[in-house]
Order: sequence, then structure tokens, then C-alpha cells
Amino acid sequence: MDALLQFLFSGLTVGAVYALVALGFTLIYNASDVVNFAQGEFVMLGGMITVFAYQAGVPLLLAATLAILITAALGVALNKLAIEPARGAPVVSLIIITIGASILIRGATQLIFDKQLHRFPAFSGDDPIRVMGATILPQSLWVLGGALAVFAVLWVFFSRTLTGKAVLATANNRVAAQLVGINTGWIMTLSFGLSAAIGAFAGVLVTPITLVSYDVGVTLALKGFAAAMLGGMGTPKGALVGGLLLGCLEALTAGYLSSQYKEAVAFIVILGTLFVMPQGLFGAKTTERV
Amino acid sequence: MLKTTTAIVTLAALAGLTGAAQAEIRLGASLSATGGAAFLGDPEAKTIEMLVEQMNEAGGIDGEEIALTLYDDGGDPNKARTFATRLVEDDEVVAIIGGSTTGTTMSILSVAESEGIPFISLAGAISIIDPVRDYVFKTPHTDRMACEKIFTDMQAQGITKVGMISGTDGFGASMQAQCKEVAGDYGVEIVADETYGPQDADMTPQLTRIRNTDGVQAVLNPGFGQGPAIVTRNVAQLGFDVPLYQSHGVASNAFIELAGADAAEGVRLPGTALLIADSLSEDDPQYDVVTSYTTAYRDAYGQETSTFGGYAHDAFALMVDAMKRSSDPEDPQAIRDALEETNGLVGTTGTYSFSPEDHLGLDLSAFRMLEVKDGGWQPVE
Repeated sequence: MDALLQFLFSGLTVGAVYALVALGFTLIYNASDVVNFAQGEFVMLGGMITVFAYQAGVPLLLAATLAILITAALGVALNKLAIEPARGAPVVSLIIITIGASILIRGATQLIFDKQLHRFPAFSGDDPIRVMGATILPQSLWVLGGALAVFAVLWVFFSRTLTGKAVLATANNRVAAQLVGINTGWIMTLSFGLSAAIGAFAGVLVTPITLVSYDVGVTLALKGFAAAMLGGMGTPKGALVGGLLLGCLEALTAGYLSSQYKEAVAFIVILGTLFVMPQGLFGAKTTERV
Repeated sequence: MLKTTTAIVTLAALAGLTGAAQAEIRLGASLSATGGAAFLGDPEAKTIEMLVEQMNEAGGIDGEEIALTLYDDGGDPNKARTFATRLVEDDEVVAIIGGSTTGTTMSILSVAESEGIPFISLAGAISIIDPVRDYVFKTPHTDRMACEKIFTDMQAQGITKVGMISGTDGFGASMQAQCKEVAGDYGVEIVADETYGPQDADMTPQLTRIRNTDGVQAVLNPGFGQGPAIVTRNVAQLGFDVPLYQSHGVASNAFIELAGADAAEGVRLPGTALLIADSLSEDDPQYDVVTSYTTAYRDAYGQETSTFGGYAHDAFALMVDAMKRSSDPEDPQAIRDALEETNGLVGTTGTYSFSPEDHLGLDLSAFRMLEVKDGGWQPVE
């Protein structure tokens, strides 16, 4: 019994990390149908900048804020310098641009910072919380709480605010959105800035658990992407549930079957999702007009 | 007409350049200074660049300066092969140091063998020097030796049942296999055998399985990167109170920092003298070489040395030693012959003595069993 609980705690810890990364995909995807493969790099930057600011003597909270602001500015720059000039290009080209951007950010990070692994202290210490024989670290709760908070904010943003609806409208039909007076250029800038900020926020929260180095973004983005696909691309609810579900599946497989199959099972589930319901668990069924 | 003149001038200039280079000893290196193996190649490249500079400032070898050609293969065996060929054919080097990973080493190795250029590898696998190849030597101990050192220590503690948790990266997988192979020789039984992905964030499920296995007396974790730090933190989180052994792959102060001093307390691993540079006693045979290397490296780069940089240091020291003893330091064959006769050269990793049958030249005594005490590495007596 305590073993099952421990597996679930592990699954929630890892799943919350996936969910936070997956949530970052939502905004840009909703604004432009682009899957931003530089999202993992935003997460990495959030961690790296915080680490180096913290080591330079900046208090942790200020370092984290700084990291989120700088990363958000980079997100805006990515949109202005790379995405906007290619405005007329098909979505696939834009996705390839984000892959290029991710390689550039990785390269720049290893030159500006370094190639070593880093960590900063957990927010509420490292003393595990014991529940019926199983343990969970306080930082896992921070990550879980962070994922829930981002989910709540995004949900309110998309369903209750005019700007959020403008984002959805832009994705749906850019020309029509412009015709009803939506500044689509500004919407794109906003979504890149906010996505980068969410990514950096995730990086700040997960670094005490996952550690950070210039190349952690690739795996994080891949797992986050898988989580988002499982839950349904573009829905905050899907990102949250998909992330937690994927984390728990991995942990249960490692715990009850064999750790050798852990990676495989996660991806089999995703393949299954794509075959059976390609829109994911919570994705809206879309019908293309011909 | 003008074109011809330019061509002739260029040719003459080129000839002049090669003429000038004749008075130098050309040393080649192909290392993984960037890419996935950067944590190996970066300190290695920095070490060799620093040592070559030091050597030349001190007047070189018998008055001849060393001209270093260093390529960054990014951990890609294909690139390593291209660079090795370029080093031999275009740069005309007399010796090669390199191959941060076993993969890149294997690429360089075949070029070195067929061209007859002495090559010292910085990678771990035993297959590099077993069977012995004429022109190939290596400085790091093998992962099999690390396993043997760990099991010797376990035997001394009366530990017979061990749970293993290994990274699925090349290093972890290779050491996992080697450890399982030699465990029986030391009366150790592997009762649990778990793995984790190199970038996993939590290993408590695997560790819970190990904890629930009957009779586990110790946990052994072959791997490098963040994995071992996370395993160490998870062991502490679970309150799993058995001795934890890590591998030489994480023998660095950064490991204690990443895992946290509290969680890392009591962790043991086989490491080199470099890791305890500041607490080595002055009559230790490795004191001089370790102290001068760490001091110079800290001065030059403001960073701590790593075991991997130490491998490069030793490779360079071996090469220079062989060149000094050889009949002609610009003749690859003479350097190779001198290299094979190396006897009792003290490096940061251990004391090297090569022979026609042994191109590694280290024994188990090169490893020191280290333990984390009060947030720092201490030798186990």
C-alpha cells in the first residue's frame, strides 16, 4: 500500500513538471497553431538565469522574477525577429523556425553561462513530508501548486477575458480577426511573451528537483509535448491532466512492471491516443471545411 | 599573368609556413568540447591548451615548441573520424590525444592504427586497449576496475546483497554490465537491478522496489550527470538507510553540491587523488603532480579541476615524457616505442607503467575509496 502511494507521489512530482511545460505550449498554439519547440529552452532559461543571478548574490525571489522577465523579453524578441518576418509562411515553416531558435538559444546559453549542471535550494527545504509511509518533497507541492495556478490563470484568460478570446479568434481566422478590429500582431507578441514567462516560471519551480544545464530543454519539451498531445493540444485542462497522467503512468510502470519499460510505455500510450483519438483527451473535435 | 604571380606568391608563402613549422613538434587533439559529452571534453580541452602553453613558455621539449591542433568533434564519432584523418594528413601531427567518449575513440583509433600514429585515448571502455593495439594507449581506469574497487570495499564491510540502479546512458549501461559480470568474484549478489533514463526527475519508484527486495544491504548507482544526484536525494527522501555507492562518473565536488551535503553524507565512490587535492598529505606520491595541476587550472580558468581534465593532463604528461625519452620527438614510431616503455610515471589518476601487453598501465591502487564527510570528500582508511 505504501509502495503504491510512493509511486503515485513520484508520478505527481514528475507529472507536475510535465504539466507545467505542457501548459507553456498552450498560448502560442492557440494564437497561431504553431507548436513552439523552443518552449523547453524557455524552461531551461528560467532555471539557468535564476541559478546565476542567485549565485551572484541576488535574493532567490528577485532572481526568479528577473529570470521570468528576461525570458519573456526573449520570447517577444523571438516573435519580432524570427516569426513576424516569416508571417505569410505555412505553420510547418514556423515550427521549423522555432526548432532553429531552440538550437540558437542552447548554443548561446552554453557560451554565456556554462555547460555544468546547477541547482538552487528548494523553496521550503528538503525535509520530506510523510504520508502513510510514503514521502513527498515540499518542492513537489510547489510544482504541483504552480501547475494548478498557471492552469487556473489560463482558463480564466481564455474563457473570461476579451484578450483571451482575441487570441483564440486570431488562431481561428487571422483575416476575420483583423476585420473585427483585433490587433493580431500584438496578440502574437503577447502570446510569445506570456508563453516564455510561463516556461521560465516552470523552470524556476522545477530546477530544485530536476536540476538544470544548458541542454535539459530538449527532453523537457519532448515530455511536455507528449503530455499536451495526450491531454489535447491547446487546452489548459488537457495539459494539466495529460502531464499528471503521463507522470503517474511512468511511475506505476517503473514500480510494478520494470523500469526498463518506463519510457516505452509512456510513448505507447501516446501512440495509442493518436491512433484512437488524435485530438487528445480534452481537445475539441475539429472539422476542416473543404 | 597577374593570376600566375599571385599563385606563385601564395605557394611561396605556404612553403614558408611549412618550413617554419618544421622546428615544432605537432600534437593533434580531437575532443568533445561541446555537445552531449561536453562535461568530459570541455575540461579536457582546457587542460591540454593550458599545459601546451606552460610547456612552450618553459622552452618546449629540447628547445622545440609544441604546436597544438585541437578540434572539437562535439561527441560525434563521424566528425572524430574526419578530424583524425585531417590531423594525420593535413596537419601532419606526430601524435594524437583525444576521444573523450568511447564512440569517438573508436573512430580515431582506426585512423591512428592504420597511419601508425601514437594515440592516447581519454575514454573508459576496456575494449580500447583489450586486445592491445600497437599505437593505442589510454589514461582512464576502466569501469570494470571501478566495479572491482567498489566490490572490494563491500566485501570488507561484509555486504553480500546489493541493489543496483543504473542510468541507461552509455556510461551507466556499460558499467552496469561490467559490475554484474565481476560481482560474483567478490561474493556479491545483485538482488535488484533497476534503471532510469538519463534525464529522469524522480527515481523513488525504482528505489522503493529495491527497498522492498529482501535482504538488500547496499545500493550501487552507476551513472553520470544529474541522475546520481537525484538518486542520492531520493534515497535520503525515502529514509532508505543502507550504504550508497556511486561511480567514478560523478567523482567531483559538484556532485555534493547538486545532491545537497545532507543527502550526500556517507556516499562512497572510487575516485582519484585529484578529488582530495587539498587534503593530500605532502609525502603522498601524487602530491606534487596533483597540487601543481589544480593550482594552475584554478589560476587559468577560475574553476575546479575534474577527474576528466585529469585524464587529459596524464595523457599529455605521458606523451611529453615519451617524446623526451625518444630518439626523435618528431617521429611517430619512436614516440610509440618510448611510450610503451613508460615506467612509473606519476599522474593525477595514478602511476602509469606501460608494457607491450598492457596499454592502460594502472592497477586498482590508482583508485581511492572516498566518502562524503561533512560536505567534502575524505579518503576511507
